[in-house]
Amino acid sequence: MKKRSFADLFFLLFVVYIVLPVVATMLYAFAGKWNKTILPEGWTLKWLATLFQDTAFIQAFGRSVLLSGGAVIIALLAIVPAIFVIVLYFPKYEKWIQAAVVMVYSFPGVILAVGLIRVYSQFGVPMIVVVLGAYVIGILPYIYQGTRNSLRNVDARQLLDAAQLLGASKMQAFRKVLLPTVYPGLFAGALLSFSVLFGEFVLINLVVGSRFETVQIYLMKKLSTSGHIASAVVFIYIVLMGILTFIIAKLTKQAKGATNV
Amino acid sequence: MISKRQSFVWLTPFLVLILLFFLVPLLYMFITSFQNSGDFTVQHYQTIVTNSYILQGFKNSITLSIVSAVIALIITLFGVYAMMNFSEPLREKILLLTNLTSNFSGIPLAFAFIVLLGNSGVFTLLFDKWNIGTLSSFSLYSWGGLLLIYIYFQLPLALMLLYPIYDGIQHQWKEAAALLGASTWQFWTKIGIPVMLPGIVGTFSVLFANAMGAYASAYALTSSNYNLVAIRIGSLIKGDIFAQPELASAIAVLLAVTMVTAMLLSEWSIAKTRRKL
Repeated sequence: MKKRSFADLFFLLFVVYIVLPVVATMLYAFAGKWNKTILPEGWTLKWLATLFQDTAFIQAFGRSVLLSGGAVIIALLAIVPAIFVIVLYFPKYEKWIQAAVVMVYSFPGVILAVGLIRVYSQFGVPMIVVVLGAYVIGILPYIYQGTRNSLRNVDARQLLDAAQLLGASKMQAFRKVLLPTVYPGLFAGALLSFSVLFGEFVLINLVVGSRFETVQIYLMKKLSTSGHIASAVVFIYIVLMGILTFIIAKLTKQAKGATNV
Repeated sequence: MISKRQSFVWLTPFLVLILLFFLVPLLYMFITSFQNSGDFTVQHYQTIVTNSYILQGFKNSITLSIVSAVIALIITLFGVYAMMNFSEPLREKILLLTNLTSNFSGIPLAFAFIVLLGNSGVFTLLFDKWNIGTLSSFSLYSWGGLLLIYIYFQLPLALMLLYPIYDGIQHQWKEAAALLGASTWQFWTKIGIPVMLPGIVGTFSVLFANAMGAYASAYALTSSNYNLVAIRIGSLIKGDIFAQPELASAIAVLLAVTMVTAMLLSEWSIAKTRRKL
């Protein structure tokens, strides 16, 4: 019994430790004066209002959505078909994709940034295109996992063959039969990728810099000028991540449910 | 079946992308690290091993990564142990919360700690007011502050990696061991931990690599002042002082080597413990 409560203590420590900074920052976004007390002395919507009136923030938000969303869409168009082809028709090469996934996942952005700058700064390629390309590859692990999870429990090959036997064309079989089955898992993977990219700072900061101001770069600038505005930015960020995490969890459940049938 | 040509069409964009934005840059970086205006040289590596500042950066990064990984691992090992007795819906909620906070890293995370413990942070002011001497002299912008932040972003990752490992410990094993007269302590020391050990070692190496490559939080907190490998590389390519891409490449190669070595060491120790079992 004694050991039980000892472990519970660690669990409590874990939860408090991961929740406290999030809660404090969110409170700070609505805090009027918060200097000498545990909780703020007054509440205000001033900081959020100021933030939403700042065109620089709105533009930064737009750039982040455009860049992250663009990378996810390119990944869906270019990477997902490749994963399908390999998993369905060349399963013996799947280990190569897995090796790529592990490498992409474990190579930190700061190392990749060195290589990207070395190669592309000499060709006059716009660096934002380079970051976009690196983002598309950077989310490979999440896209692969999303696709693979939903393909695991369905025999996709048999499903396609059956559909074609019943007279569907290859394209029809793919779009009407296979895609609906893998859709929830794939969509969850896409949203997860988006949320990871939305928080990316290393590549965009090192390779492009403040010429393309995303939300993360905007936040970095505000860090030294206005704590309250910065906390308002983080508040928006946390809310967005919360919504995405919630949808991803629902979709993943749905994907599991669908494939267990 | 699909034809060779068709599959080639579907595979090409992916292959081109991974070549252009991953393999070629890394390869080119490797070559660059041995170059000095076009000629082959190991000069940059010599610079690194004789430059005490860069070596200190490696030392700082390695210590910070090991210490943060060990602390996060210990907290999570006990935490997940406690969690295993909770109901399924509650555990799912905790996993959801962990997923959410795993996105909370980099700049936002550094900022959250500034709110809590920065120069005019909530706790800093409280500690001052209550006159807790040792705590009020704590500086977030130092090794201790970085350690707190690194532990923070290690925790969710540690939980997500350890949870399935705990899940693999079958309830029946505990019952069987108990029937044969083993105490809970004996079960965990003789069966539970040894079975989980490879997973724990693997988790440690992922956490270590995760911390070695981290850049954003440390950059946001100390700009380029605290000496970490990732920060050194960043300031060399960004030209905070003056851009030295070749030296940066060599440091980046050594950072990659450190991480790969950690991975290989863990693989090796996992293989060794498996043989013993």
